[in-house]
Amino acid sequence: MSPFFIITAVVTLFGAVLAMSLRNLVHCALAMAIAFAGVAALFLQLGAEFVGFAQILIYIGAIAILIVFAILLTRSGESPDKSVLTSGWWAGIAVTAMVFTILGWAVLSSSAVPKELPAAPAATVKNVGDLLMTKFVLPLEIVALVLTAAMIGAVLIALKEDNKDNAGGQP
Amino acid sequence: MTPLQTCLLISALLFSVGFAGAVTRRHAILVLIGIELMLNAANLNLIAFWRFGAHPESLNGFIFALFSMALAAAEAAVGLALVIAIYRHKKTSNLDEMKELKG
Repeated sequence: MSPFFIITAVVTLFGAVLAMSLRNLVHCALAMAIAFAGVAALFLQLGAEFVGFAQILIYIGAIAILIVFAILLTRSGESPDKSVLTSGWWAGIAVTAMVFTILGWAVLSSSAVPKELPAAPAATVKNVGDLLMTKFVLPLEIVALVLTAAMIGAVLIALKEDNKDNAGGQP
Repeated sequence: MTPLQTCLLISALLFSVGFAGAVTRRHAILVLIGIELMLNAANLNLIAFWRFGAHPESLNGFIFALFSMALAAAEAAVGLALVIAIYRHKKTSNLDEMKELKG
């Protein structure tokens, strides 16, 4: 692995740790965008150009903006005075440590890891488009359906409720 | 350490950071950010296995990562809509105060 790959990984992890530990939610969203950009750079270095650029467009362009909108709509932009951790946070840390220990042990002790580096495959946009339109056309249509359903569902959930619902004894 | 193991360790670390944030932070939006980080770690795994796996020319892991990204976008949209709806109903996004279903 090249030193640049390691530096990118360190920046990504640093952004992720900041996103999970800062107190102000807007700062958290910015650190999350750094982590997403780092993952996109890792994709680009692994030879997955299309996925890397899709990551930049979808995650930094759409999801980060969506999260900033949600932060501002719920009026949680300023730092809270109370603790930002849940009441049982030590149990969460313990479970996280166990999960990472098991994952790291499995990765380092596995014998299924190939020793030699295979040649870089050609993942051009033409190949990807060909596959999406031939072999993977059914999953593509299903994903389109899921995205449509999710969009309609999100609009319905976030829609403002009518006042007549409140008149029926709802608090 | 082979390149595949390096990638897998990086993504394990990213997953652990996202998981720790999702289970310890009190704000609902931060839990969603943690879930997004975990999905990113899974995508990194898929791309690493595609790049260093047995048959990279078939592009299976690559396409899988694309589909999982589309599903992550759908998940983020629905999750944030839920957070906004709960905020409008209860005027809070603190997870410790959402305990209507507690027995």
